[in-house]
Order: sequence, then C-alpha cells, then structure tokens
Amino acid sequence: MSFHDASVFAQTYGLVYLFVLFLIVVAYALWPRNKDKFDHAANIPLKEGDDVQN
Amino acid sequence: MNLLWLALSIIGAILGLLLSAKAQDQGMMIHGMIFAAAAVLAAYALISRHYGAAKSVITETGGVNYNTDIVKAGVIASTFWGIVGFLVGVVIAFQLAFPVLNLDLQWTSFGRLRPLHTSAVIFAFGGNILLATSFHVVQRTCRARLAGDISPWFVFWGYQLFIVLAATGYVLGITQSKEYAEPEWYVDLWLTAVWVVYLLVFLATLWKRQEKHIYVANWFYLAFIVTVAMLHIVNNLSMPVSLTGAKSYSLFAGVQDALTQWWYGHNAVGFFLTAGFLGIMYYFIPKRVNRPVYSYRLSIIHFWALIFLYIWAGPHHLHYTALPDWSQTLGMTFSIMLWMPSWGGMINGLMTLSGAWDKLRTDPVVRFLVTSVAFYGMSTFEGPLMSIKAVNALSHYTDWTIGHVHSGALGWVAYVSFGALYFLVPVLWNRKSLYSDKLVNLHFWVSTIGILLYITAMWVSGILQGLMWRAYDAFGFLEYSFSESVEAMYPFYVIRALGGVLFLVGSLIMAYNLWKTARGDVRQSETNNLVVNAEYAVGS
Repeated sequence: MSFHDASVFAQTYGLVYLFVLFLIVVAYALWPRNKDKFDHAANIPLKEGDDVQN
Repeated sequence: MNLLWLALSIIGAILGLLLSAKAQDQGMMIHGMIFAAAAVLAAYALISRHYGAAKSVITETGGVNYNTDIVKAGVIASTFWGIVGFLVGVVIAFQLAFPVLNLDLQWTSFGRLRPLHTSAVIFAFGGNILLATSFHVVQRTCRARLAGDISPWFVFWGYQLFIVLAATGYVLGITQSKEYAEPEWYVDLWLTAVWVVYLLVFLATLWKRQEKHIYVANWFYLAFIVTVAMLHIVNNLSMPVSLTGAKSYSLFAGVQDALTQWWYGHNAVGFFLTAGFLGIMYYFIPKRVNRPVYSYRLSIIHFWALIFLYIWAGPHHLHYTALPDWSQTLGMTFSIMLWMPSWGGMINGLMTLSGAWDKLRTDPVVRFLVTSVAFYGMSTFEGPLMSIKAVNALSHYTDWTIGHVHSGALGWVAYVSFGALYFLVPVLWNRKSLYSDKLVNLHFWVSTIGILLYITAMWVSGILQGLMWRAYDAFGFLEYSFSESVEAMYPFYVIRALGGVLFLVGSLIMAYNLWKTARGDVRQSETNNLVVNAEYAVGS
C-alpha cells in the first residue's frame, strides 16, 4: 500500500469509521435511559459492604 | 493443578541449568543460574504449601473471601522497588553533576545504571503498584475473589524474576538498546508468559463477578494489560544469535525500527503510566473521599477517547528525523487532541472532591491524591505543547524532556501510588488508621519540594541547552561548542540531584510509616486525631 492509498483511506472511510465510533461512545454515555445504570455503577466502590444488586 | 505447576518449575530448573552450562556468554551463564535458582525456590514453595496447614477461611465484609495476601505482597514489593529505583536515580543524577562517581567501572557507569533506574521506577515500582491495585480493585468492584490459586502468585513472583533478570542484565551490559525495552529476547519471552497469565487471572475474575456492571477502573486496567501485551510483543520481535546466547537482532531496521520503538515507547507512557494509573485514580479517590466519581458518563468518554487517541501519538518522538513528514504531523496532531480526554479525566478526578474539599486540609492522603491529579493535568498539558514541531525544535534532546517526564512520573504516577499505598496498608492489615498522619504530611511536603526543585532545574537547563545549541554568531558559525553547554548545566544538575534526594527521603518516611502501620502501632501523640480507616472491621 502506498502513502497515497493510505492517506485516501484515512481521509475518507477511516475518518468516517473513527468518528462514528466516537459518536456511538458519546451516545452510549449520554443516552437518558442509561442514567440509572451509570448512577448505580458510580457507587460500586462505595458500597462494598452492602448487598449485591444485580 | 499443583502437580502441573510443580512439573513446570522442575522443567524450568533443568532449562535454566542447561542454558547456564551451554551459555555462549557470561550474561547468559549468570541468568541461567538465576532462572534455575528461582525455579527450585518455586518448587520448594509449592511442596511446602501443599504440606502446610490449610488456611482457615476468613469471611470479610460483603461475604466474599478476598485474596488479600497477593495485594499485601504487591504493596511490599512496590515500596521496596520504589526506594531502590529512587536511590539509583539519585546516584545517576549525582553522576551527571560529578562524573567521577562513575567510578571508572563498566558496571557502575551512567550508561548501565540509567536503564536500571528507569526500569526500577517504571516497571518494578509502577508495575508492582499496578499489580497490587488491579488485584485489589478488580476483587472489590466485582465482589468476587481473585481467580486462580497459584496463578496470581506465578504472576507476582514471575514478575519479580523478570525485574531481577532485567536489572542484573543491565549491570552486566546486556541490552537490546531499545529505550524502556532494554531486556533481551529470553527475558522478553519470560515476561510474555507472565503477562498472559496476568491477563487470564484478571479476565477470569471479571468473568465470575457478582456485580453486573464492570466498574470503569477495571476498563482502564484491562486496556493497560491488553495494550502492554501487544506493544511488548511487537516491539521485541527479534532473532537471537544463538539459543544459548544473550544477543539478538531486531526484526526491524532503520526508520521502521525507530517508529516501532516509539510506538511502543509512547504507549508505554500512555497505557502503562497513564491508563493503569487512571484505574487507580477512579477507584482510590472516590474511596478515600467517600463520594462517587464526579461524572460516570465523562469517565466513559474519557476512557474511549484516551485509548483511541494515545495509540497514534508515538511519532512525536521522531520530529525532524528520517520519518516521513506526514507521520510526524500525524503524531503531533493526535498529541494535541489528547488534551481533551486528559483534561476531561483530570476534571473528573478533581471534581469528585466537590463538597468534600475540606478533606484536602484534614486528610494528608487526599492531599497526595489530589496533587497527583493536578500534576497529571500539568504534564498532559506540557506534553502536547512539546509535541508541536516548532516547540520540539527547541525542546528535543534537551533536559526539558527529562523535566517533563519527571513531572509526570514523580508528580502523577508516584503521588497517586503513594496515595493508594497509604490507603491500602490500613485496609489490608485491618488497622484502624495509619501509624501517623503527620508523617504523611511530612512526606508530602519533603517530596513536593523535591519535585519542584527537580522540574524547575530541568526547565531552565533544558531551555538554556536548546538556546545555546541553536545560537549562531554574525558569521553563521555555532556560537557555543557542545562541551560549553555541558558546562553550563552543572548548577542545574546539582539542584536536580538535591531534589531527587528529597524525594528519596520522602519515600523512606513513607516506608517507615507503612511498616509501623502494618505492625499495628499508632503514634501516641496523634491517637485522637488520625483519619479513621472506613473499612476497619473489629474482631475479624
């Protein structure tokens, strides 16, 4: 693969691929329905003595 | 399982003896003997463990029988190796100021002791901290005992053997001349075996977790373990000259070799010294201030952005070299983009204290943790700045780089580790508090002054070097010879060495405090004022 091929890929499909991955991560993190899950997760280290919630 | 491990250690002993007997060079002869001795010790430990008294099962808070022995071992090992690494650092700092301290011996020359220092602090001190804290955090946040019975101990002792082989090799002159990857092919193979078992133990513990969600600290630890395995294997691909000799040749040559090395080198910073220690931050800061992390959502974005961006930043170590311009620019661009996840993570760590900022005044351990995050922010601001080609033209090959590395290594990596150690010892040995909080405070100020002396000396000397090297006179000749710039460094090298002495003294204060804490002593004058260990359980 030449430099030209690599740069064409990086500036088209590669760019779109990485940016879409980033959008998926942001959407997952900010999705309103995940709020409870993350609130629970944030408290995991603080309630080691309590009963386990699944 | 016991028998399998026993068979492996007997095979190891025979292999070590064979390597030693057939060795092509002195280094392999000594290393074969060390390997054989370690294998015999392992076999002895396995047999005595089998015939030893069965351990009584202790139930701890939460009802899970956590494996604390392995974490204790990691705490002791990292304290020990930390002091060794800092001491060697002080020695080589004085060697730079006073060359006579090289002693005119090959074994004690700067060139051999410098990798001893870097490996001792990064891989021995830092590596053992990461082993200990990852084993602690994964058990606690998964509410499951560490997977495996002997495997975790193989990881721990195998890693110590790796450290001993690497360190003795440097002093004997065995090196493959790759920075932070100096050990030769056979030591690399050994580390690969240890690391794969480490990954399996970690994954198996996650697998049997009782908590549905995997806490974010474990993501960082897992990224650290997986990525270090990948970096280690690729960068160390090489062909040994002989199966019984130490020397090997890299699979890569020229600029490809340089790029592979710095892809490894920078990601050793990104995944060993950053991702792993962020795992420490995301567990120990919330634990110590007793508040959940400021934003769990931010921690998810922090994680993915950090690992996606870091892996591309390596080429900034090769500005103005034979590396194609476009990949230098790529490395620079990704380094600058790293500002965002780095500062996102720093804000997340610092804001975890919102509403509990008074602890910064009342709890000296929190002071270590918070200062470490502040240094993280500072050095991750400085790093991208230095990766800009115009800045790099001044900073590259100067002491500015050394200063930058140490503001990250001493301020961030070591401080967050000290915070974790001060937290862990009362928890693991089940003590009500530390021996003394005043000694923690003393440690904090002694070593903070040490760091400030160190990094300010290196900033000044680095910029001075850079300016002297690029100065031209009216006729277009270089204004200064190289040796003139070396001479100008002298006062800064002395100041730096004194900073290192203070940092070493601080670590000795910590070792004393931790030892007294583990013994169960409490400093009489502070009995009523000590910060209480929240996990202290009476009668267990």
